[in-house]
Amino acid sequence: MSNSMGMQNNLADRADAVRFPHYAVAGQAGTSFKPEHLPAILAASDRCGFFEVHAENYMGAGGPPHRALERIRQDYPVSIHGVCMSLGGPQPLDPDHLQRFKALVDRYEPAMISEHLAWSTHDDIFYNDLLPLPYNEATLTHVCDHVDQMQSVIGRRIFLENPSTYVAFTDTTMAEVDFIREIARRTGCGLLLDVNNVFVSAANHGFSALDYLKDFPLESVEQIHLAGHAEQEDGAGEKLLIDSHDRPVADAVWQLYEIVLSRRGPVPTLIEWDSELPDWPVLRAEARAAQAILDRHSDTGGLRDAAE
Amino acid sequence: MLQNDGTAPIAASFAGALLRPNEPVPQDITSHHGAGLIERYNVYRNNVTVSLINAVASIYPAVQRITGEDFFRAMARFYIRAHPPRSPLLFAYGREFPDFIEAYEYASSMPWLADVARIERAWLDAYHAADAAHLAPDMLSEIAPEGLGALRFRPHPATRILRSAYPAVTIFSMNHNGGEVSAVEDRPEDALVTRRDDEVMVTHLDSGAADFLQALIAGETLGTAAALGLEANPNLDLSRLIAVALDAGAFSSLDMETSHD
Repeated sequence: MSNSMGMQNNLADRADAVRFPHYAVAGQAGTSFKPEHLPAILAASDRCGFFEVHAENYMGAGGPPHRALERIRQDYPVSIHGVCMSLGGPQPLDPDHLQRFKALVDRYEPAMISEHLAWSTHDDIFYNDLLPLPYNEATLTHVCDHVDQMQSVIGRRIFLENPSTYVAFTDTTMAEVDFIREIARRTGCGLLLDVNNVFVSAANHGFSALDYLKDFPLESVEQIHLAGHAEQEDGAGEKLLIDSHDRPVADAVWQLYEIVLSRRGPVPTLIEWDSELPDWPVLRAEARAAQAILDRHSDTGGLRDAAE
Repeated sequence: MLQNDGTAPIAASFAGALLRPNEPVPQDITSHHGAGLIERYNVYRNNVTVSLINAVASIYPAVQRITGEDFFRAMARFYIRAHPPRSPLLFAYGREFPDFIEAYEYASSMPWLADVARIERAWLDAYHAADAAHLAPDMLSEIAPEGLGALRFRPHPATRILRSAYPAVTIFSMNHNGGEVSAVEDRPEDALVTRRDDEVMVTHLDSGAADFLQALIAGETLGTAAALGLEANPNLDLSRLIAVALDAGAFSSLDMETSHD
């Protein structure tokens, strides 16, 4: 059996062909964009604030994924969320992946761009998970170099997301918040505060989510993620929370979100939902709940309180 | 890539056991109560393994429907350990899966299964292939008959030909999108995979048609391709076949530069 292959990446050729309207995202709530929801989104009478896509799902050369994203981008601001750059790993970033990311940014002119404090590739194997790293001077240098490189190649500021983790490292010498603050200071990147990740990691590592948020550099937070998590136990019978993105946001996470907004003001907020996808009205209702909280904090002075 | 500051070995030891369930967990991980390390590390093992098996399943839904979910996931688990992804673009993953199926002992009673997988892989490649125009079917009517034999065609980026010694096209079609399943005649089958109006199409080709279309896709003239097709099947209806291929969006343009040769 033979197969005539001819797949070429021509994103760059098309980058100048499409120009989209500018939309503001300040104070808006959005959701993950799933193509299954496109007809319902287009048919709905009310608007969502913005949509976020995983960058890698739109790195094919052409076809239906791009039609769907073009359609959404015509009407909405879009956030491009990378999940595979492996910024947290020790090895050099993949130059091909950087160029693909740049082409996507050039093509869709996203309102926000984010990546993770994590790694997913080692040697040339891609593990398809957000893997953890120790926090120390050596890893800090690697991550800062990688953030610098990514921002320089794509020509935009990125927002770096705090991770949810299940293990710690004996080689860690810095607190996660100090590590993240130093990355933002050295690279000028913004931060994506995933409040569910804070809650999950706090439970998994036995620290206080409130203390973490008190120390977190909120002045650099440019976007917030909210998501659902699952609960299981580790072998010692301790509660282990899993960042599953497969259900509604937990009540405790909503409460932490209120606290963050009361100190930071209304930051664009995403409801993340990646598996066990609900019908669009369910996801839309979660975003509406976030929007109500954002609106309640629309006159919060933001950094005044955070700087206390 | 190893570096001398102590960070690379951590990533190496952490990564090394992710796809090897019988290896001990990395030495340098810990937890706040100092226990539960196996279960905690296994969260990552589980995330990696399940997400990669899910990726294979999303690329090969017809194969999964044929084998059943349990068989498929067991086979895919062996596959992801033998062939983990080398790129973060998971829609391009699984290229070795058809060959893996061919060598998989428990699938040996289904010799056509690997070719069904090859059609599915081509389907997804066509889905993500670059965008391009389609050659309008009436373009050919504007060419003088004496010029037809020298014409060359540019294939649309999505266009692929697949050839099987088994009835893989019929089996694929019955199991794609959960169609009806019935008895299948044992015969070789060829397919033309195209994308038109953002719909991927799998067209079952008559005998000899693949020889003709493969030659056209490779840049041979219409005359040369026709001779190859007729050699394979003297009864090949060329004008009908060209109409079918153009209707399916197989070609994007005529190659005018070389058609004057």
